[in-house]
Amino acid sequence: MALLEITNLHATVGDREILKGIDLTVNAGEVHAIMGPNGSGKSTLAQVLAGRELYAVTAGQVRYDGRDLLAMAPEDRARAGIFLAFQYPVEIPGVSNLYFLKAALNTIRKTRGLPELDALDFLNLVRERMKFMEMDQALLNRPVNAGFSGGEKKRNEIFQMAVLEPRLAILDETDSGLDIDALKQVANGVNALRSPDRSMIVVTHYQRLLNYIVPDYVHVLGDGRIVKSGGKELALELEESGYSGLGIYDEEEAVGKV
Amino acid sequence: MTAVTEQTGAWLAEFTGQPAPAPWIQQLREAAFQRFAELGFPTTHDEDWRFTNVAPIARAAFRTGKASRVVKAPDALGKLEHARLQLARYADFENHAFVALNTAFLDEVTVIEIPRGALIEQPIEITYEAPDAVAVHPRTLILVGPAAQCRIVETYQGSGRYFTNAVTEIVAGEGAVVDHYKVQRESAEAFHMGAHFVALGRSANFTSHSIALGGALVRNDVAVTLSEGADATLNGLYIVNGTQHVDNHTAIDHAQPHGTSRELYKGILDGKASAVFNGRILVRKDAQKTDSKQTNKNLVLSDEAVIDTKPELQIFADDVRCTHGATIGQLDAEAMFYLQSRGIGRGDARSLLTYAFAQDIVDRIRIESLKSSLERVLFEKFHEHAH
Repeated sequence: MALLEITNLHATVGDREILKGIDLTVNAGEVHAIMGPNGSGKSTLAQVLAGRELYAVTAGQVRYDGRDLLAMAPEDRARAGIFLAFQYPVEIPGVSNLYFLKAALNTIRKTRGLPELDALDFLNLVRERMKFMEMDQALLNRPVNAGFSGGEKKRNEIFQMAVLEPRLAILDETDSGLDIDALKQVANGVNALRSPDRSMIVVTHYQRLLNYIVPDYVHVLGDGRIVKSGGKELALELEESGYSGLGIYDEEEAVGKV
Repeated sequence: MTAVTEQTGAWLAEFTGQPAPAPWIQQLREAAFQRFAELGFPTTHDEDWRFTNVAPIARAAFRTGKASRVVKAPDALGKLEHARLQLARYADFENHAFVALNTAFLDEVTVIEIPRGALIEQPIEITYEAPDAVAVHPRTLILVGPAAQCRIVETYQGSGRYFTNAVTEIVAGEGAVVDHYKVQRESAEAFHMGAHFVALGRSANFTSHSIALGGALVRNDVAVTLSEGADATLNGLYIVNGTQHVDNHTAIDHAQPHGTSRELYKGILDGKASAVFNGRILVRKDAQKTDSKQTNKNLVLSDEAVIDTKPELQIFADDVRCTHGATIGQLDAEAMFYLQSRGIGRGDARSLLTYAFAQDIVDRIRIESLKSSLERVLFEKFHEHAH
């Protein structure tokens, strides 16, 4: 059975329709890349799956693990194993990273019928995952994302993913703003989390990330629809011909053409 | 005139019913009651009381009572006779009806005396607890000698429907360091009018933490006068819900040069509650090189809560640095979504962010036991807000 099944998904923000009928099926263990120019709807899709209320779903349905995903609150989706790595991780002054992550992990564990981790076990887990992500442990006691560099924020997202161990990870332009060294680090972290029972949707504008996180499938989004799907070679094809080779343009360019 | 007479008439009976004190106290009481009768209760036509209607207090008929007082720090308790020249010298009742009323009902005065150069490490704790259905007029006089250091916690609480009308005078000598806490956790139906008058000597350092949690109708006045090179920090946190009203009026008087003042007041408003922040900063002509910063931030959690915030800067010196700013905001929707996307429930996310808003004021509390008890109170409060 598919882990995620999106059928004819339409979503709007205000009175603008951004997703205009998305169909996508993700099975357990698969990595799907979603590519597309700016304004094509990639980030909207990622946020709609995570439950952002800013977007209104006007048609279609999403089944996740046999459940109606769209009827679930964002926190219930997270507890059921969905994780969104934010394109722009949010700064939360006054809440320490450590407190935040412990609250998140224990809520999720409770839902899975696991006992809460005590302070020591939690700290050990967190230290080990931080070391793996080559992150400074001092970040634990700092407020969530506050004063983090761009690279630290993105690494922090993958670190959270490593701690929360989701079943479906959605990475929203995790590569944007990263230099090549940071990109490799993040990709290594993601690759280490690949497993037969963990699926991933990797949203990106550029093909480069996919050299390091090699997807099973690539989908190209244009104007709120999937215009082409294929294997990993589709990403390379795009690298050659660009999005315009597929007849899709950045939103701004498209407007210019009218 | 008749309205004022009606209001003050009941107080007159209470006033004349008091047992006779020492003659000098009697003189002070009489002058103060005279002034109170002339002023009457303020109305919303008075600029200083524009957003705070005290009619419910004026209308209520409280008999005069006495707050039960617990003081932890017996060594520091001074004798009123020694403090005779200081009492009512700083808390001016000429223009403040509630201060006049407090002075008219002067009875037991809590006098704290810290001798010159003394370093008192243990916090001095003064707790006033009001019984139901009475008016109480707690009066505190804190005299900190030159180069002395101390921490003082004043707590106000009670049960039922009563009226606390408190006045505190604090005098810090040259180079003294005073860390002062006012914790107001009155009952839900209580009226609380509180005024603090602080005089800072040369190079004295004073920090005020004003935490307002309870009460139906509350006013906190803090007035600080700085001598040369003095340093004043005013921190405030007010948390209101239901139909609570809390009014914070602060007045910082830079009377002499080289003074520094830092002010941060934060408010959290929910339900149909309302709050006022009015921050007056006066920089007198001689107070060159004054450095003053005022900030008021408000987190408004409901559509029906109301905040009125107003800076009031009067600057008569030319070589000064004075800044002020006020913000009114709601919970950050992006931060809410971020927390929820990690599995944290909506209610918990809301209380976590609300708590985080108050965090920097709580972090400034330097008495560990007070800090942790406040953290507990806040946690419970925001939790009940959230559900």
